[in-house]
Amino acid sequence: MKKALKIIVKIVALAALLVLCLGLLQRLLVPKYITENEEGLLVKEYYDYAGENDVLFIGDCEVYSNFSPVKLWQDFGITSAIRGSPQQLIWHSYYMLEDTLRHEKPKVVVFNVLSMKYGEPQSEAYNRLALDGMKWSNTKVRAIRASMTEEEADSEGFTIASYVFPLLRFHSRWNELSGEDFKYLFSTRQLSHNGYVMRVDSKPVTEIPRAKPLADYSFSDTCWNYLNKIRELCDDNGIQLILIKAPTLMPHWYDEWDEQIVKYAADNGLCYVNMLKEAETIGIDYYSENADTFDAGMHLNLNGAEKLSEWFGNYLKANTALGDRRTESHTCVIWQEKEDYYEEMKNAQYTQLREEGKLTGYWG
Amino acid sequence: MSFVSLGFLAFLAVLMLLYYTVPKRGQWILLLAGSVFFYAFAGWSSLIFITVTALSTYFAGIYIGKLASARDAYLKGEGKELDKEAKKAYKAKVKKRTYLIMSLCLILNLGMLAVIKYTDFGISIINGIFKTNIGFLRFALPMGISFYIFQSMGYIIDVYRGKYAPEKNVARFCLFVSFFPQLLQGPISRFDELSKTLYGPHDFDWDKFARGAWRVVWGFFKKMIIADRMITAVIELSGRPDKYKGVYVVALVLFYAIELYADFTGGIDITIGVAEMLGIQVAENFDRPFFSLNITEYWRRWHITMGTWFKDYIFYPLSVSPKMLKISKWSREKLGNAIGKRVPVYLSTIIVWFATGLWHGAAWNFIVWGLLNCLVIIISQELSPLYGKFHKRFGFSNTKGYNVFQMFRTFWLMGFIRVLDVYRDVPGTFKQVGTIFTTANWGDLFNGSFLELGLAWQDFIVILLGCAVMLTVSILQNKGQVRDRIILKRPVPVRLILFAALILIIAVFGAYGIGYDAGQFIYVQF
Repeated sequence: MKKALKIIVKIVALAALLVLCLGLLQRLLVPKYITENEEGLLVKEYYDYAGENDVLFIGDCEVYSNFSPVKLWQDFGITSAIRGSPQQLIWHSYYMLEDTLRHEKPKVVVFNVLSMKYGEPQSEAYNRLALDGMKWSNTKVRAIRASMTEEEADSEGFTIASYVFPLLRFHSRWNELSGEDFKYLFSTRQLSHNGYVMRVDSKPVTEIPRAKPLADYSFSDTCWNYLNKIRELCDDNGIQLILIKAPTLMPHWYDEWDEQIVKYAADNGLCYVNMLKEAETIGIDYYSENADTFDAGMHLNLNGAEKLSEWFGNYLKANTALGDRRTESHTCVIWQEKEDYYEEMKNAQYTQLREEGKLTGYWG
Repeated sequence: MSFVSLGFLAFLAVLMLLYYTVPKRGQWILLLAGSVFFYAFAGWSSLIFITVTALSTYFAGIYIGKLASARDAYLKGEGKELDKEAKKAYKAKVKKRTYLIMSLCLILNLGMLAVIKYTDFGISIINGIFKTNIGFLRFALPMGISFYIFQSMGYIIDVYRGKYAPEKNVARFCLFVSFFPQLLQGPISRFDELSKTLYGPHDFDWDKFARGAWRVVWGFFKKMIIADRMITAVIELSGRPDKYKGVYVVALVLFYAIELYADFTGGIDITIGVAEMLGIQVAENFDRPFFSLNITEYWRRWHITMGTWFKDYIFYPLSVSPKMLKISKWSREKLGNAIGKRVPVYLSTIIVWFATGLWHGAAWNFIVWGLLNCLVIIISQELSPLYGKFHKRFGFSNTKGYNVFQMFRTFWLMGFIRVLDVYRDVPGTFKQVGTIFTTANWGDLFNGSFLELGLAWQDFIVILLGCAVMLTVSILQNKGQVRDRIILKRPVPVRLILFAALILIIAVFGAYGIGYDAGQFIYVQF
């Protein structure tokens, strides 16, 4: 008995030591997303502001760079959040919506349709950015399985395990460790404003590459399937679904694609707005020195995002039953904090831009 | 299921837990079930082949055993009164039958191996000679087939020779053939040795368990930190021979030697360690071969169970076979005693090395590899009197420096022969080796060119440190097992910290992950 106890103590001691060290190592080795690939913070940050959002934007960088929830709040009293990540594919969006519904129930879901162009998983790295931050649930497991690239699917068990223990995925970062990894070992920085990623600098469009004709313009069955699932999930939860195409010039959005979405929206009684066609009305400036884009047409900068949000706020008021929540005192308190941080980051970025002539990071 | 997979670790954890909680008489049954489960992971169709081998060998063994028992009973009973000649004739008659059964069993299993492994090689030869265009059949090689067939063949030959009685329980025999830790890459065990501990019963013994666990983790260290990192450079160097000549060929020889050693011995460490954790003793397969002073010694210390298998089941029987005795007699008569006595030995040696090459793979590069080994061994043997005179004359043969020189010489000689494995093209290999003398690019060692092989300088540092640890351990092993002498003598907290540190080092510095295909062991393909 005494011997057995000794053995158990040894095993428990070893296990505890290993868990502690592995935990620490994992914290050290996973990317911190502070000075590189900052968008890796977005999905995880959502849980900090989940709860009372009336509008949920889902999609890729075309939502997290182009819509400002703070502006929607300031001008219309609409509470909103964005669940977007770089190259977020439609199945990512579907599972993010499913995950969102575990935390809150928005009245309106706005889905950006650009991701309809991707019928296959694209990159393991982008999968990570979309899924690593998601809280664990059956939804996350299904999202991982749906998102696997061929390589990931070849070792499915390992892939899933590597989401549980990111050390398995990021262990090889030992040779890239920097001061940032130690500084943010137990903390992080807030990047977004309810999912919006701010950039105040400008880079006008100088040239738009000619769109190559495609052999086949039809969207894949997988994409249609997930679009149907998004629509059904919204229907089942009494959520109004609005489809949008954000007004960014690249990647090219073909008329043939647009026609399919127009038809789908009409067939299913959905609102669809292609904001590329509304760019002039919105007042987006793509070409001047102080253009509303920070990367020559791919994403809008703060000015552009605020113009677009103002325009879209009016669209929401006209096409949904959303009310003005600026009369709710506790909501005002929450949003005041968000506005303060929004201003703080805006000022920091403008200061850096003024002093250094360029932005080196989101925090200025 | 690769050893280097989370699935294997989970499988091992569940198996260990069950193994030490089920009633002891059921332990070996659990092992059999575990082995079938492990093997089924490679595909259910593979199970058919191992089942055919296990059952055919089992029944052949039983039948041979019955005939031998009946013979003994007869000679002790009814046949007791027979005269010497009649007894001899009776024994010969029984032996003929047992020989026939053994031969049928060997033919069936070797035939299976030949068809699966060597058909396409045969087709390529036919296509080459007759300029035909017969399509390849591309059979998928069942996991570990060369290992379990050789192990089964060893068993049936031993039973035929009367070395031990056949195993009567079919399930127990199936466990001998399919014992999962050694399915992937050996060692090729002998029944009389493995069966001593294979069937238990085994109480949980912390010391044995800990010893086994240390060995397993050490195997993972070698495999994941050294071999699986080094393989990137090996693939790059061997895959683009037009680009990598001269000094790169020398580097490939060195890198592949390190990779193969770390991979194969790492795998064997895991095998032996897992068995040890189960209380089972599996034969050692390596004895620090890179410390060998000559090629003959090297082959006594590298893949030991394969070497002894070929010696016991091919070389010796061949050397004393009637045909070889005839050849011996003929050669002594025709060529004189000095040369004549060598002919049968060398002929057997050539056949054994040809078979060894063929066992490693169905390709000319393996055959040439085997025959080159043979050539070096024969030349060394022929020159040994000369060496003797040389050493006597200069008297430094027993110095440490000379020993180090011999180790160095053997290491590189074996390395250059082994490089046939990686280029997989005989003329191409010789051409590449030739570029060492024709391409003046030794400056590439110092201008950063080696950092374009897929390994960063940090990777080279890890490999270097890993090799330094491996070398230190090997040197310390001169005086016995490092685990027993050094590690397990430390206080428990120190041991736990060391063990945890080794696991953490592997977790961080190991080469593994999504899309990383180096997880498979090199010897699995044989």
